[in-house]
Amino acid sequence: MDGGILLMIKRFLQHLSSIVWLMVDASQEMADNMIRGRLPFRVNTFFEQTDRAGVGSVPLVALVSFFLGLTMSLLTGYQLRPYGTERLVPGLVAIGFSRELGPLITGIMVAARIGAAFTAELGTMTVSEEVEAIEAMGIGPLRFLVAPRVLAVFLLMPCLVVISNVTADLGAALICKWQLGIPVRYFGDLVHSSIESRDIVAGTIKSFLFGLIVGTVSCYKGLAVEGGAAGVGDSTTSSVVIAITSVIIFDTLCNIVLVAIYP
Amino acid sequence: MDESVVDMKGVSLAFGAKKILNDLNLAVHSRERLVVLGQSGSGKSTLLRLIVGILRPNGGVVRFKGREVSRMRRPHLNRMRQKIGMVYQYSALISSLNVRDNLALPLEELTDKKEEEINRIIDEKLDMVGMSDTKNQMPAELSGGMRKRIGLARALVMEPELILFDEPSAGLDPVISSVIDELIISLTEKTDATSIIVTHEMDSAFKIATRMAMLYQGNIIENDTPDAFRRSKNAVVSQFISGSTQGPILEKKK
Ligand SMILES: Nc1ncnc2c1ncn2[C@@H]1O[C@H](COP(=O)(O)OP(=O)(O)OP(=O)(O)O)[C@@H](O)[C@H]1O
Ligand SMILES: [Mg+2]
Repeated sequence: MDGGILLMIKRFLQHLSSIVWLMVDASQEMADNMIRGRLPFRVNTFFEQTDRAGVGSVPLVALVSFFLGLTMSLLTGYQLRPYGTERLVPGLVAIGFSRELGPLITGIMVAARIGAAFTAELGTMTVSEEVEAIEAMGIGPLRFLVAPRVLAVFLLMPCLVVISNVTADLGAALICKWQLGIPVRYFGDLVHSSIESRDIVAGTIKSFLFGLIVGTVSCYKGLAVEGGAAGVGDSTTSSVVIAITSVIIFDTLCNIVLVAIYP
Repeated sequence: MDESVVDMKGVSLAFGAKKILNDLNLAVHSRERLVVLGQSGSGKSTLLRLIVGILRPNGGVVRFKGREVSRMRRPHLNRMRQKIGMVYQYSALISSLNVRDNLALPLEELTDKKEEEINRIIDEKLDMVGMSDTKNQMPAELSGGMRKRIGLARALVMEPELILFDEPSAGLDPVISSVIDELIISLTEKTDATSIIVTHEMDSAFKIATRMAMLYQGNIIENDTPDAFRRSKNAVVSQFISGSTQGPILEKKK
């Protein structure tokens, strides 16, 4: 009945399969290099990217999470206080962040900060034929350019999520101490007793997944740029939009699946 | 037959509805210097991209040393590409690397050469194109012509068997142009390299070429020695060589 939706699904599947092929081809190039006894890519490039994607994102992630944790405990604290259940606040914030908000917020911020940079950078290289030149030399742009970037976000995302969780709890602990009269040590105990391993597992799985999504989408969009500077701009915008939407969609899917198989 | 380095048979290529190449046949033999002529937008750069397998033909086959390029799997394709050097029309240097690292890139990524040897090769190639003093500069700090010469040096560092030049002397001053022409000639005379050169400069085309081919409306319409080319009866070819405004080339477009 709806041609528009069918078309959208078709385009989504096309992009998805292109991204999967991008990963397959990148793996093939890396494997070929390793068979010949070489590193899959330059270690230097990888560390440059981890520095950029990971270390460079720490202040932003920490700041945003700190204030979110602060706000969340402030609001829930005032709601729960009349019932004398403000002791629930530490667990609420800790579980909320480790399962849901930490990965989600970090995923969105990294998509905007790093995904955009990857797309713009690779897009400019595509437009100026640099990617093609690398390909024509037989170096393999996927392993040389894409692999270190994707791997950097993939591996650094869980670290950033940990930072997000810790700073959110820190913000919550401050509010609990000053507004709700819960001492920091007691805050720790409450978090410890309420959080369970499944919360941490769920958060970790999501972090890796979101890292993979942001890395692959932004690199794919960068290599697919057509049509000069305007093309780079368009691609960067749509890369951020697609990455953020995918992160939210996969977050929901993850929740559904995790609740079903690991309640 | 077997000694042809590049062999294109019945190649056709279209970008969407726009047909660029149409049942094109072209063979390039070992140690030849083939100059490809053709109007702007006739598909010369596209032809070179087909040879390195960046583009795949919609029909027909492209062979490099007897092996079909479009059928090769990625690792084999990459190994084949290491034997081909390509000089880009717009240089295509890696803008985030300085000149030295641009030249070092293929050597570091694809060979096991030691750093001293890499440096020696870089010095030698930069010297060939007269750019020794730019080693530490970034591509953005160089002029278009200087970048082009760096691009040429980069194509040579791997000692390729086949070198593809996309307008190597466009935008260079007459003296440097002649230097580049002589460099192209000496490459195939001193080594076993084969070259395909796309150029619009008629003087250098006749100086360099051992054979010439004219690309017109998706086809090679003439493929002969430079001397025969000069005497060609084909109206398109003679108009193109003389640069006259009278003839079939502009008529067809109107
Ligand atoms: N990626 C592409 N998508 C669509 N059309 C393209 C693409 N690349 C090239 N073309 C078209 O193919 C034709 C041939 O382009 P090509 O770059 O091969 O020309 P050329 O002979 O090298 O011209 P010039 O002498 O100006 O460099 C042009 O009409 C161009 O518009
Ligand atoms: Mg061209």
